[in-house]
Amino acid sequence: MSPVAEGQTKGKDAKDMQEYKFTVSSSPHVRCNETIPKIMWNVVAALVPAAAFGVFYFGMNALVNIIVAVVSAVIFEYLWEKMMHKKVTIQDGSAVITGLLLAMCCPPTLPWWMSIIGSFLAIVVCKQSMGGLGYNLFNPAHVGRAGLMVSWPVAMTTWTSLNGTVDAVASATPLNVLKHGGHDALLAMFGNDPMTMYQQMFIGFRNGSMGETSTVLLVLGGLYLIYKGYVNWQVPVTMIATVGILMWIVGGIPLGTGLFSGDPLFHMMAGGLIIGAFFMATDMVTAPITLKGQIIFALGCGLITVLIRLVGGYPEGVCYSILLMNALTPLIDRLVKPRVFGAVKAKGAK
Amino acid sequence: MSLWKVFTRGIIEENPYFVLALSLCPGLAVTTSVVNGLTMGLTVWFVITSNNVVVSIIRKTINKKVRVPVYITCIATIVTCVQLFLMAYAPDLYKALGVYLDLVVVFAIILARAESIASKNGVVVSFLDGMGMGMGFTIAMFVISVVRELFGNGTLFGVSMFGASYQPALIMALPPGAFMLIGFMMAGLKMWNKSREMKKMKGSEA
Repeated sequence: MSPVAEGQTKGKDAKDMQEYKFTVSSSPHVRCNETIPKIMWNVVAALVPAAAFGVFYFGMNALVNIIVAVVSAVIFEYLWEKMMHKKVTIQDGSAVITGLLLAMCCPPTLPWWMSIIGSFLAIVVCKQSMGGLGYNLFNPAHVGRAGLMVSWPVAMTTWTSLNGTVDAVASATPLNVLKHGGHDALLAMFGNDPMTMYQQMFIGFRNGSMGETSTVLLVLGGLYLIYKGYVNWQVPVTMIATVGILMWIVGGIPLGTGLFSGDPLFHMMAGGLIIGAFFMATDMVTAPITLKGQIIFALGCGLITVLIRLVGGYPEGVCYSILLMNALTPLIDRLVKPRVFGAVKAKGAK
Repeated sequence: MSLWKVFTRGIIEENPYFVLALSLCPGLAVTTSVVNGLTMGLTVWFVITSNNVVVSIIRKTINKKVRVPVYITCIATIVTCVQLFLMAYAPDLYKALGVYLDLVVVFAIILARAESIASKNGVVVSFLDGMGMGMGFTIAMFVISVVRELFGNGTLFGVSMFGASYQPALIMALPPGAFMLIGFMMAGLKMWNKSREMKKMKGSEA
């Protein structure tokens, strides 16, 4: 219903009357041109370079996994929404991101049917059964990964590096080597030269999940999202800095070299930290709403990552740290609830 | 309410597991294989039915203030009988069920039926209610354990179903998988019950 504002237009002719029609509605009145599909497709674009590097470095199986995960995620979303008689929202790109992130957090050698089950866990179990986009408590891609990790621990921790040649060599990730072989074994992986190690880790010539290896491309994608305003720069910076500083302080203890002897640069680039900090911890749905809350969230993610890497059973803990902090998000939101504008404290309140 | 209705409501409409959501812990713990799940279901079926009968017989002599300890004592006695029976005739099953057999004593569903039905109704109604509820519980245990054993272990009743190349999904053998499965089954049953109610309402309007 849009009542026509009259009164001012009295005395003018009918043509002018036509021009003075006002729509009366409740707020919001000012809209920006950002829509969910636009944001989602921008995130996909930010992820594509790192994913392409993964395909280049790990070969065709990586590409197959990406395609299978993305397509199955979209199909599951479509089927569920059809089945539940809901509006089909596959064109908004959120399922594409989930599938892409899931494939990027998994080993490139994963059998393709496991990617389908991972997509099922992510889309149906984690996202749609909670009510769809905007209602899920946990990051869907990480739920898919965690479910696969519990179900098929061997397939999820089998890393094959191609090292630019045709022959595939089964070997461990740098974090795995560090955990079980110590720092010397880690350096030996990169020819006993720390500079080579940092260089390889920065570009992405290392073992790991398909999309998490290339630090530089992931940071570039993240910077693009920060430039577009979809990501608060404080979140990834806090998470990565927390890991770096804590690792510098206590990272040397398990290696027997004492305090302040850890290798922060290595730990900041290793594992899934970069992709987790830029693309998972900044998820609009599962992270706290206010900036203050998001910084607390990122701090907690960094802390739990360090804990799992140093004393946990797994070599890498980014996935679990983000899932655990997702569970705390409602509490953080309550903690940092901003004061209502103009509200005053009630008399006698603490 | 007709006696037939008293019996059947426990199977689907008021299924103790999926609709009333009582005594969920055995579904997570012992349903990793069909045999274990079925034994647990049958045990609860027997305990709930006999307890309902006993409580409804003695309901007029119990002092209201001490009724819960009396019910628990009845349940514990019956569970001990079942335990001794299993120990004698199926020692392997007894070992597999372990502490969860003792825990049947404090299952909420048994006490709930004693409190809400058996303490207020005659023997026939209480017996039928126990039969229905026990049947619903057993069906729930059976369905959950079939899915979990099939996907978590690749077998049914210990017989391999998919061949040696099947890689079992360990999550289904662990409690998180059972949680997910139970959640989805609850949601599905709720949807079905709702659509049946809607149909009934439409039928009565027309």
